[in-house]
Amino acid sequence: MSLLAVEALSKSFGGVHAVQDLSFEIEQGKIHSIIGPNGAGKTTVFNLLTGLYKPSTGRVVFDGEEVTGRDAHELARRGMSRTFQNLQICFNMSAVENVMVGAHLRLDQRLLGCMLRLPAVKRGDTRCRDEAVELMHFAGVGKYAGAEAHAMPYGALKRLEIARALAARPRLLLLDEPAAGLNPTETHEIDELIQKVAASGTTVVLVEHDMRLVMGISDHILVLDYGRKLAEGSAREVRANPEVIAAYLGTLSESQER
Amino acid sequence: MLITAAVIALLPLALPNNYYYDVAIRIGMNAAMVVGLNLLIGYAGQISLGHAGFVGLGGYASAILTSRYGWPPVAAMLLAMACVGAIAFLVARPILRLRGHYLAMATLGLGIIIYMVLVNESSLTGGNDGMQVPPFTLFGATLANERAWYWATGAVLLVAIWVANNIVDSPLGRALRALHGSEVAAQVAGVDTTRYKVRVFVVSAVFASVVGSMMAHYVGFITPQVSGFFHSIELVTMVVVGGMASTYGAVVGAAILTMLPQVLSRFEGYEMIAFGAILMLTMIFLPRGLLPTIAARWRRS
Ligand SMILES: Nc1ncnc2c1ncn2[C@@H]1O[C@H](COP(=O)(O)OP(=O)(O)O)[C@@H](O)[C@H]1O
Ligand SMILES: [Mg+2]
Repeated sequence: MSLLAVEALSKSFGGVHAVQDLSFEIEQGKIHSIIGPNGAGKTTVFNLLTGLYKPSTGRVVFDGEEVTGRDAHELARRGMSRTFQNLQICFNMSAVENVMVGAHLRLDQRLLGCMLRLPAVKRGDTRCRDEAVELMHFAGVGKYAGAEAHAMPYGALKRLEIARALAARPRLLLLDEPAAGLNPTETHEIDELIQKVAASGTTVVLVEHDMRLVMGISDHILVLDYGRKLAEGSAREVRANPEVIAAYLGTLSESQER
Repeated sequence: MLITAAVIALLPLALPNNYYYDVAIRIGMNAAMVVGLNLLIGYAGQISLGHAGFVGLGGYASAILTSRYGWPPVAAMLLAMACVGAIAFLVARPILRLRGHYLAMATLGLGIIIYMVLVNESSLTGGNDGMQVPPFTLFGATLANERAWYWATGAVLLVAIWVANNIVDSPLGRALRALHGSEVAAQVAGVDTTRYKVRVFVVSAVFASVVGSMMAHYVGFITPQVSGFFHSIELVTMVVVGGMASTYGAVVGAAILTMLPQVLSRFEGYEMIAFGAILMLTMIFLPRGLLPTIAARWRRS
């Protein structure tokens, strides 16, 4: 059974049909990619799946249960986690605290315990901090474990977001352009990181413009154009699809420059 | 924390007479309240322009329960905390869905409503004339003079700082700081942001209520002015001047702005102008507040 099923999903902003009548499935344990030119609706799909936007029409089924229109925090509770194309780092916190926020749902957040710093809260926090540092090492930003978030360079912040998303121990991880703005070495490291995450059993959905990265690691690729599904299938199938070549690959070099 | 405790313990050596004790007590009470308000404004990034309303509610609840119904002050104070917490909880949900200017206006309105209720329910509150409040007694002992009040206020301030620091460095506090830093990031991490805003609003209202009760007993008299708009602005100014998202900054802000009217007493009537000017100058030159700015300079050098 698929982990996530999207049925006839649409979202419009005023007159703009950002996503139109889109259906697809995400299989457990695989790496899925969503590609398409800028403005194709990829980020909007992520926002719909994670509850930041409410769909105009259509259904989202996660783990066998309909979750259409649920709030983001509730979907997080069910095992969804994500990163953002435009960084969403809390610059008022330290790097490791950013990662600890990702583990929020696993911690004791009761008011009285937090106010009085009860031993259970303290122990949970200590363990959480250790795990967060470990995750930062896993994500390749271990050397910033003692840093403030605002003191970190862009490439490291991208990975800090991945560490924060992983801290939730998600079942479904959505990565929105994790390699955007990174140099080839850094991109290669992200590639390895994603494979490590997938190997640990987390289902990954990747939005990315770097075609080498996408073609190399994806089990399944969904191609969007103007909010609609243009094609889907394995890397080889998608690459051979004439419509994809016409609509997307023509603009590839342009979108890679961004 | 230790430094604050040491300052509170040693300060009496430098306080020559009751007048100075009085100033120190007022600083301590304001500081305890502002430490709570700073959780809402500085850490969670929300605004309340009606917070003095909760001070008034706490103060009047204590005043009415002790003077009209003969309750022991401690019990009255606890019931006041519970009532103010409940009221804050009920109004918080609709209010804290708002952002920016809308939230500011809504909290402003809340403060005005509380003020009007305190003025108009004169059979209970004495209306604009205010009402007498009996002294504070605890286990048969009365807080009779400035010295006793000084130690009581010091203890309350330390507890306030301790609780605030605990909250800041807990899953709750991180959730609050996260929703300030990036609301969507907090949401996708599982933080029910509305619920957390409500929680911190209630906590800061209860801080205000406690201090409202204490002030009523200390002064021995209460008028609706304590819940007035100017008092709310004063509290926000203390947070902003001392330092947003800095508990000790809040204490410093409370100290500066409590002492200011004493210093400016010769220019009576111009205090409000001075407050306004200080608020403006802080926003322009020290947007992060006094203590965080100094701390950052110091770390850099
Ligand atoms: N919040 C929004 N309000 C209005 N229009 C939006 C909003 N979010 C996305 N859009 C529009 O939806 C379309 C798809 O955008 P997006 O999902 O960001 O594309 P992609 O991530 O594929 O580049 C664009 O035309 C964009 O302008
Ligand atoms: Mg996008």
